[in-house]
Amino acid sequence: MDEPPVIDTRGLTKRYRGGQLAVDGLDLTVPAGSVFGFLGPNGSGKTTTIRMLMGLIEPTAGSARVLGRPMPRAARTVLPQVGALIEGPALYGFLSGRDNLLRYDAADPAADPRTRRARVAAALDRVGLAAAAGKKAKAYSLGMKQRLGLAAALLQPRRLLVLDEPTNGLDPQGMREIRTLIRELAGDGTTVFLSSHLLDEIEQVCTHAAVMARGRLVTQGAVAELAAGARGRLVVTTPDGAEAARVLKELGVGDVTADGDRVTGEPPERDLAEVTAALVTAGVRVRGLTLERASLEDAFVALTGEGFDVAG
Amino acid sequence: MSRADVLRTGAGRRPHPLWSLGLLRSELLTTVRRWRTLALLGVLAAVPVLVGIAVRIETRGGGTVGGNGEGPAFITQITNNGLFLVFTALAATLPFFLPMAVGVVAGDAIAGEAGAGTLRYLLVAPAGRTRLLLVKYATVLAFCLLATLVVTVSALLVGALLFPMGELTTISGTRIGLAEELGRALLIALVVAASLVGVAALGLFVSTLTNSGIAAMATTVGLLITVQIVDQIPQLHALQPYLFPHYWLSFADLMRDPVYWDDLMNNLGLQALYAAVFGSAAWARFTAKDINA
Repeated sequence: MDEPPVIDTRGLTKRYRGGQLAVDGLDLTVPAGSVFGFLGPNGSGKTTTIRMLMGLIEPTAGSARVLGRPMPRAARTVLPQVGALIEGPALYGFLSGRDNLLRYDAADPAADPRTRRARVAAALDRVGLAAAAGKKAKAYSLGMKQRLGLAAALLQPRRLLVLDEPTNGLDPQGMREIRTLIRELAGDGTTVFLSSHLLDEIEQVCTHAAVMARGRLVTQGAVAELAAGARGRLVVTTPDGAEAARVLKELGVGDVTADGDRVTGEPPERDLAEVTAALVTAGVRVRGLTLERASLEDAFVALTGEGFDVAG
Repeated sequence: MSRADVLRTGAGRRPHPLWSLGLLRSELLTTVRRWRTLALLGVLAAVPVLVGIAVRIETRGGGTVGGNGEGPAFITQITNNGLFLVFTALAATLPFFLPMAVGVVAGDAIAGEAGAGTLRYLLVAPAGRTRLLLVKYATVLAFCLLATLVVTVSALLVGALLFPMGELTTISGTRIGLAEELGRALLIALVVAASLVGVAALGLFVSTLTNSGIAAMATTVGLLITVQIVDQIPQLHALQPYLFPHYWLSFADLMRDPVYWDDLMNNLGLQALYAAVFGSAAWARFTAKDINA
């Protein structure tokens, strides 16, 4: 079945009143059923994009369609089918966790009040907050607040989940639980749009990804293809670093760098067995020789020409 | 559940017309569960207690209160009939305490949610901007009524405890029985509550302009004080009939027999005008605003 994309933007642009261009001509396509990673350094326009998709801010130019309907015009029909966690959770500190969710659910005119309590209990249970449901939200830790925000996004069966940094403030165990939850939801057919600054997180759970830098879309596509775009590295571990580097250069390996007992270079065309043989013949004591797979981070650096944590 | 099922349930949810009222109920409950709201109501409930006790102490030896015509309206009559404490308390709280309480609740309505970040979650729920604004205004109006009733009921209780109740002489000199007295007291409470409709709309409009609840509350209360001062400057009398507090104390005309309606109607008309103007301004602003908080 060839479903239309869940998110589809054309030339989406936002210029703030100061003249600052936050998002510049974005053409983003999120396929149905994907777990879509949305990457970019701080200030690259990710949050502005999410806010435009959710109808919170009006684009200066261009259009955005969510679930096939134009936003923000169709917000009333689209948003009940979308769960969102935007820029961290926001809660009423003087209300209990359960009452916070009851309030958010009451705000949705498409939510049936007869099933409200049961749905709230199910959402609390799903994020592991059932035991703390009666506690005032101001007494929650950052991780618990994050979980409650996620629970709010799960009050209804959703077609799309927009999660902005969902594992923020969680300990490693909590992060694993959330990743498992995201995989479960994706398994049910929910499309997940996930923004994160943690590249390995995106690599672990996402099927597709897009990279933004300075308000522009740098690339988008399947994660496997993106990572394949960046080439891996040949890594030789040896106590004879200088000698190994010389031999590799003679074999025609490009961009050879030696760093202590670790010598790396571009992967050669020829068989790795030949490389090993040449090294051994030259008297280099080889501890290990591998081809390191390119990570998404390598792809990211190759695409943006900068480190990931640089604010744009 | 297969993907097709998920899609079907997602698209098949039809809002029932009455479900919309859930947000109003939630908003009313949330408002009265804030400590700030309870503190404001507590202060309002304390005013009649203070006035009642002060009058009681001052008249213990058989003397009179405010013999030279000073103090809030009706204060001299409290010793004859405890019901007058209701009118005195409303006359004492209407110029400042009541509108200040309303200004705090109205100013916080949108700006407070924006400041806490909860506004973005209400809007993606999706509450709908027009619906949310209407619910907020309805809640502020409910608070106007609640605040006025708190003053009224507190004054009624203190009045009945400390002073005699019974037949009452109107400003015009005619006498009315207890049942009609209570009817008029309720009517006066409703008129006082309606007098706050204008400042409620003004506060709601200010609330759509900023992301800080404190700033919106301070601005609204500041505007209230400014307008009250302008209303006292004789040189600005041309302006005064258009100021929202100008006819506030006309509720005393309900104690005349027959009731003198002119200023009462002027007051209600002026409040409706403020509600229409600032309500529209709040709507225009809020529905076009970028939510960045």
